[in-house]
Amino acid sequence: MGSEMASDWIRIIVGLIIVLAFSQLNALFLVWLERKVAGHIQLRYGPMEVGPHGILQTIADGIKLVGKELITPLSADWKLFVIAPVLVFMPVLVAFLVLPFDENLVIRDMNLGVLLIFAFSTLSVLAILAGGWAANNKYALLGAIRSVAQNVAYEIPLLLAVLSVALMTQSLRFSEIVAAQCRVWFIFLQPVAGLIFLICATAETNRAPFDIPEAESELIAGFHTEYSGMRFGLFFLAEYTNMFIVSAVATALFFGGWHGPFGFSFGLPGIVWFLLKVYILLFVIMWVRWTFPRVRFDQLMNFSWKVMLPLSLLNLIVTAAVLKFI
Amino acid sequence: MESQRVEPVIKFALLEDILNLARANSLWPMTFGLACCAIEMMAAGASRFDLDRFGAGVFRPSPRQSDVMIVAGTISKKMAPAIQMLWEQMPNPKWCIAMGNCAISGGPFEYDGQYAIVPGAHLIVPVDITVPGCPPRPEGLIQGILALEDKITGGEHRNYLRRFRRMGGRG
Ligand code: SF4
Repeated sequence: MGSEMASDWIRIIVGLIIVLAFSQLNALFLVWLERKVAGHIQLRYGPMEVGPHGILQTIADGIKLVGKELITPLSADWKLFVIAPVLVFMPVLVAFLVLPFDENLVIRDMNLGVLLIFAFSTLSVLAILAGGWAANNKYALLGAIRSVAQNVAYEIPLLLAVLSVALMTQSLRFSEIVAAQCRVWFIFLQPVAGLIFLICATAETNRAPFDIPEAESELIAGFHTEYSGMRFGLFFLAEYTNMFIVSAVATALFFGGWHGPFGFSFGLPGIVWFLLKVYILLFVIMWVRWTFPRVRFDQLMNFSWKVMLPLSLLNLIVTAAVLKFI
Repeated sequence: MESQRVEPVIKFALLEDILNLARANSLWPMTFGLACCAIEMMAAGASRFDLDRFGAGVFRPSPRQSDVMIVAGTISKKMAPAIQMLWEQMPNPKWCIAMGNCAISGGPFEYDGQYAIVPGAHLIVPVDITVPGCPPRPEGLIQGILALEDKITGGEHRNYLRRFRRMGGRG
């Protein structure tokens, strides 16, 4: 009994260290990739001087951010203000618990894994609201309010899209959902749900064209206007890790997880397929960001409540009917 | 300026060097332009000139997250308090580049009896680098930023990441 407890703890600690290291490295890489993608889309080079092709640029940025002064505004609610950047990062880590990187490479394969990820990813909105409120700055507060409104609006179609997948597999366990896609990926069986999921996921992670909460042209920097140094860095890190998680969930739900296309694995291990698909999806998200202009706030809300919600409901009903009658 | 400098009691030479190297290679400017010179600043960030190559292309909208203030344009007396406030809002360590003749000395608007212009950014904020021209070309601004990098690292020979030599740079 005692040794079992100990091995459980070791497992948890090792898992935590791996997850932390991976999420930091991944965020460093993604920020660099984003700047390169942005550069090449705009006919520039992006970072070039720090390391070969600027690969060390984000490390320089990180070291600089650590060395910056941390400002807490005089009128801010300093307890909330300090705690919010940490809060925003916590739920992100929990999500790594259930992500199925490979058939046997998952920290905990829970039977409600899908639900767990969405439950916890909603928590980071709370942290954003706390940060925006605590800063006692009108732009930060407006950004935080917008973030909450946007997340509520896009959570519902997102979950409805996930529900239609869950209906097909009759499971909320990631390993079973992925195993059901060993021949045909669900993006081919559920194209509408897949599209809805991708659009809502972009909105959930506050990415352009839905980056209303930090719209520079209206709100300075949105909810993190008052944050300086590494506190701002944590918000940034959380955003990029969130992007990774959203893409990983999309991969597991719609793009076949660790399976190769149509059951051919071409001799590559599952984790390679999984990460390959995740990074392709991440590239698509960046591509979208640097291609489309930001939408207006009313357009954003109208699009969610008048288009996405009815469409996802319809998709769910059709899925249920088809499953019932065949 | 030099006499006001407070030296730390204990110095961590290597750590300081690494920090300065990182700071020099990730100078985030503030999204902030005052007059015609700002157009050249935007051009310096866009393709063809591309400030992002040197890690200085992340124009941060909030003063809390930026490292260098590029005073690009004419400083009217009405704008001066706002510029001062923006400077105060930036976290340390921070730097300032005065871009264009207006920001250096008032430029074409400075004459006897003028009542509207602050003749020079150095009158309201401490300026590190001046980039002359009306307006300076984007290459000029890039030269100014490279000079600021060298100032931060303490000379071009200590900027170990630099892979070329700046024309007229102090070695
Ligand atoms: S220096 Fe010349 S170009 Fe620059 S702001 Fe003044 S007048 Fe305009």
